[in-house]
Amino acid sequence: MSGQKIALEVKDLQAFYGKSHILQGVNLHVNEGEIVALLGRNGAGRSTTAKAVMGMVDTKGEIIWRGENIAGMKAYEVAHKGVGYVPESRDIFPKLTVHQNLMLGEKGTKKQSRWSFEDMYNMFPRLRERQHTEAGVLSGGEQQMLTLCRTLMGDPDLIMIDEPTEGLAPAIVKLVAEYLRELKRRGISVVLIEQKLSIALQISDRVYVMGDRRIVFEGTPAELNADANVRKEWLEV
Amino acid sequence: MSMLNGLSYGLLLFMLSAGLTLIFSMMGVLNFAHASFYMIGAYFAYQLSSWSNYWVGFLIAPILVALLGGLFERYMLRKTHKFGHVAELLLTFGLSFVILELVQLVWGRTSVDYAIPTAMQAPLFKLYDSTFQTYRGFMMLVALLMLVSLYLLLKKTRIGLVIQAALTHPDTTEALGHNVPRVFAYVFAGGCGLAALAGVIGGNAFITEPGMAQSVGAIIFVVVVVGGMGSLGGALIASILIGLMQTFAVGLDWSILGGAKSLGVEITSATPGYSLWSLKLSQIAPILPYLLLVLMLIVRPKGIMGTRDE
Repeated sequence: MSGQKIALEVKDLQAFYGKSHILQGVNLHVNEGEIVALLGRNGAGRSTTAKAVMGMVDTKGEIIWRGENIAGMKAYEVAHKGVGYVPESRDIFPKLTVHQNLMLGEKGTKKQSRWSFEDMYNMFPRLRERQHTEAGVLSGGEQQMLTLCRTLMGDPDLIMIDEPTEGLAPAIVKLVAEYLRELKRRGISVVLIEQKLSIALQISDRVYVMGDRRIVFEGTPAELNADANVRKEWLEV
Repeated sequence: MSMLNGLSYGLLLFMLSAGLTLIFSMMGVLNFAHASFYMIGAYFAYQLSSWSNYWVGFLIAPILVALLGGLFERYMLRKTHKFGHVAELLLTFGLSFVILELVQLVWGRTSVDYAIPTAMQAPLFKLYDSTFQTYRGFMMLVALLMLVSLYLLLKKTRIGLVIQAALTHPDTTEALGHNVPRVFAYVFAGGCGLAALAGVIGGNAFITEPGMAQSVGAIIFVVVVVGGMGSLGGALIASILIGLMQTFAVGLDWSILGGAKSLGVEITSATPGYSLWSLKLSQIAPILPYLLLVLMLIVRPKGIMGTRDE
């Protein structure tokens, strides 16, 4: 599965929130079945890049998904094309149960999903125990697992995950890493938006670094490790 | 007896405010024209019933109004969305005037003779020396059926689940692949249909005239604020509370003057503020809901069951 076929390609992407110009010409691509990390400090434009691909902000430029320009499509159309997004804010539906949250991940199409509720509950047994609990009372880590699983229920071929490990205990970070590897095993492409270098360097195939609303570095984890200048200027706090 | 009348009025208010509160919390649009849809519902039912019979109007008028509401959302409201909430608000505000003028143009400025079916004019039962009209009972039945079906729709169906999700997190819901704009249109149409149904069963119980939208419009805003924005449960409680309050208050002659007298304090026309003290509860009944609104905004701005913490 992990050939060099391009799944997603973003060309000269610009994005706007009202009058402010958030992205200034972002270029990147993701191959089929690849884990790509998008690193950078807060405000570098990483989340906006994901939201722009998703059609959640106004954009200019091209977003090619499996040969089709999806720029300008509505978010639900992009989702139906097979692109999934896990928001950073852990936007669970607080008044609904864990199980109902997962049900909302399903898109209601006839296509057989490669994931079942059982898969989710096996991956994160804690969610099985709490499936009839209101999601609003879950811990931060449990909510993070829920948002990951919810998007997965929609059976995306590419999933963009925004800061999945932020504020989580090390044990749960390990779980998340295991989850990402499982996605890769099943042939899903992953865009991992992170601030923590460690997890990103461990599991990614390639790395992009964003700074000042554009891409400032592109390479393998080893290359980034070797480049102290980039790390110092764009990553380390 | 006032209890039952108040209850049936309260349930009618709920039928109106249910749609309003759903639309408001989902789209952030305070639909000023909501009560106008209630009015068209009554007029359509009047027209249809004058052509054939009551039941034709009862069934078809809400459907027609729901369609109109859906079209309005799809082709006008959605287009204004990108200009922000103020533009949307002005659009619905303008629509309420357009509807008012159209209604006056077609059906005239005075009330129309939209009557209760004769079979249901008879009293259902008698309690002490007052009677409870069969039609009032029918109104309550319809309202309760609507309440139950709305509950089942929201809690037991997939579209209900999507509506609940989109109430609080529309963007996330859309990113999961749900066509939220279409759900909005359905909810808007459904809300208008419910308002029209309230018009159909309320128009003949009260009066069908061009002023009916205005008279109920302000009250349903009170219901939505007091109940808590976006909370159907809160809207139900607030509707019944206001329904009961208005019906009871109209029948009561209490005044501060009377209260003082029973405490042994004599207030005469010479006492400062005499006219204020002698106001009877029945006289101030119409402003009670607004007093409640002001009180609520001071004490608990998010409403009885509101979830927004602003």
